[in-house]
Amino acid sequence: MSLDKDTVKNIAYLARIRVNDDKLEPLAGELSTIMGWIEQLQELNTDGVEPMASVAAMDLPQRRDVVTDGNCRDAVLKNAPDAEDGFFAVPKVVE
Amino acid sequence: MADLTTFTLAEARDGLAKKDFSATELAEAYIKAVQAGRDLNAYITETPEVALERARESDDRRAKGSATGAMDGLPIAMKDLFCTEGVLTTAASHILDGFVPPYESTVSANLRSAGAVMLGKTNLDEFAMGSANITSYYGPVKNPWKAKSGANVGKDLAPGGSSGGSAAAVAAGLAMAATGTDTGGSIRQPASFCGITGLKPTYGRCSRWGVVAFASSLDQAGPMTKTVRDAAIMLGAMAGHDPKDSTSAPIAVPNFEAALTGDIRGLNVGIPKEYSMDGMDPEIQALWNKGQEWLKASGAKIKEISLPHTKYALATYYIVAPAEASANLARYDGVRYGLRVPGDSLDDMYMNTRGEGFGEEVQRRILIGTYVLSSGYYDAYYIKAQRVRSLIANDFKTAFKDVDVILTPTAPSAAFPLGEKQEDPVAMYLNDVFTVPTSLAGLPGISVPAGLSKDGLPLGLQLIGRAFDEETLLRVAAVMESAAAFPFHHGAED
Repeated sequence: MSLDKDTVKNIAYLARIRVNDDKLEPLAGELSTIMGWIEQLQELNTDGVEPMASVAAMDLPQRRDVVTDGNCRDAVLKNAPDAEDGFFAVPKVVE
Repeated sequence: MADLTTFTLAEARDGLAKKDFSATELAEAYIKAVQAGRDLNAYITETPEVALERARESDDRRAKGSATGAMDGLPIAMKDLFCTEGVLTTAASHILDGFVPPYESTVSANLRSAGAVMLGKTNLDEFAMGSANITSYYGPVKNPWKAKSGANVGKDLAPGGSSGGSAAAVAAGLAMAATGTDTGGSIRQPASFCGITGLKPTYGRCSRWGVVAFASSLDQAGPMTKTVRDAAIMLGAMAGHDPKDSTSAPIAVPNFEAALTGDIRGLNVGIPKEYSMDGMDPEIQALWNKGQEWLKASGAKIKEISLPHTKYALATYYIVAPAEASANLARYDGVRYGLRVPGDSLDDMYMNTRGEGFGEEVQRRILIGTYVLSSGYYDAYYIKAQRVRSLIANDFKTAFKDVDVILTPTAPSAAFPLGEKQEDPVAMYLNDVFTVPTSLAGLPGISVPAGLSKDGLPLGLQLIGRAFDEETLLRVAAVMESAAAFPFHHGAED
């Protein structure tokens, strides 16, 4: 499996990572090497094998649907690069 | 008085109980050692004030005769992946610049309740992604061991990764023990490289709450210590059910230290034939053989077993782990914590922040993860890998019908020089060939320092156990440890 420049540009956008144009080509090479190595899984027949999402041999526990946490606005905002009036602040999104 | 920084947890615990020295004296000795050892770059943040305060509290408890915890007054280091209330937590990443958590991870809180004294936060590969501790934004860690002969004499060696700072700190006497986390080998491989004991517990044994997430179905915290007994003591203090982590196992924590009976007669030890790989270093093979002889001499039975899907484990891991990482690391958006690099729009700000904030290896893994999860590739890669993961887990399930533990090497080589293998990501990934399968199956694994290479560098052997049977694992590990008689307190200093 080989990834070209445009594919890398697209996944970098999906992942919201700025990759400069001059880095796209070398990155495409590196990622292609890794994907090529991963390709070996395709030789294995996995028909009828259940996909394993978790090794924990248990059902996810449930609890009563009640508020167990909260009233800690200032602690939540404490590390924000920009916070105003009790909210996270971001660049303008609506014109 | 003996040099306080040479004691094991067990020795210091007994010394404190007998009032041979105080927790404050211990903390002071270690604070001095940490400062003198800064050249190794093992710590990102030193917390001498926190250490002295907690040591004083411990001394007070003891003076008043109030209850003391299992690790009361013992100075340890915390991998900088555990959130610590009021103390900078970086995950060795630029993107977490200035992040001071307003809360404490469950594992570090458990250790604190047990009386442990935190000396500081140790260096690691960025977001725990790496096998040499060279991807840290805060620079690489140096292994305290040096080659005595061969091509690497005089070179600075990698401590392994990702818990390289923790491993180097314990090996160099800059902490009596340290926490690590292991996703594909990040406790066991650096333990092997630095000549210490590293235990990755069963998935679910220790809470993941408050640990910066890498790959949530694999991440597990564990102890990094000088001895197997210390690993048993520290695991007991770290482990336990936590309602805040839905995958935390709701089972009681046994007395792990009581499992160290020294008696392994009649136990069956499996030797997986697939771990004898083409081109394997003859030194590693020889040590592995020696390990089998030691266990046999102690009354265990050696059995060849087969784990047929071993060769697919690394490729499976390098789909599953990056996929989970790409989802987990989506939270670093320049809005809620850490670094923000301004941009013209919200999207622009995200991209600038993540482009500058993440290092190369982290970016590579996020991109691989994004790719294997993207539409059109999801089934071919991600679901495929999850199916292979089932096969790998089943291999172990079948093997453990016949054996009680499995013995393998920990890593395919001794520590290599800093800077080597950096150009080729796949060559770096091969470091974890013996540790990744255990992680995929969620089983406990321990690396025990078992010998020195011909150049005088530490080599570890790995024991793998049944799920939630760390007791048998530790019992066998302790027997192997005493047979190996590894030169603990010396090699690192000269």
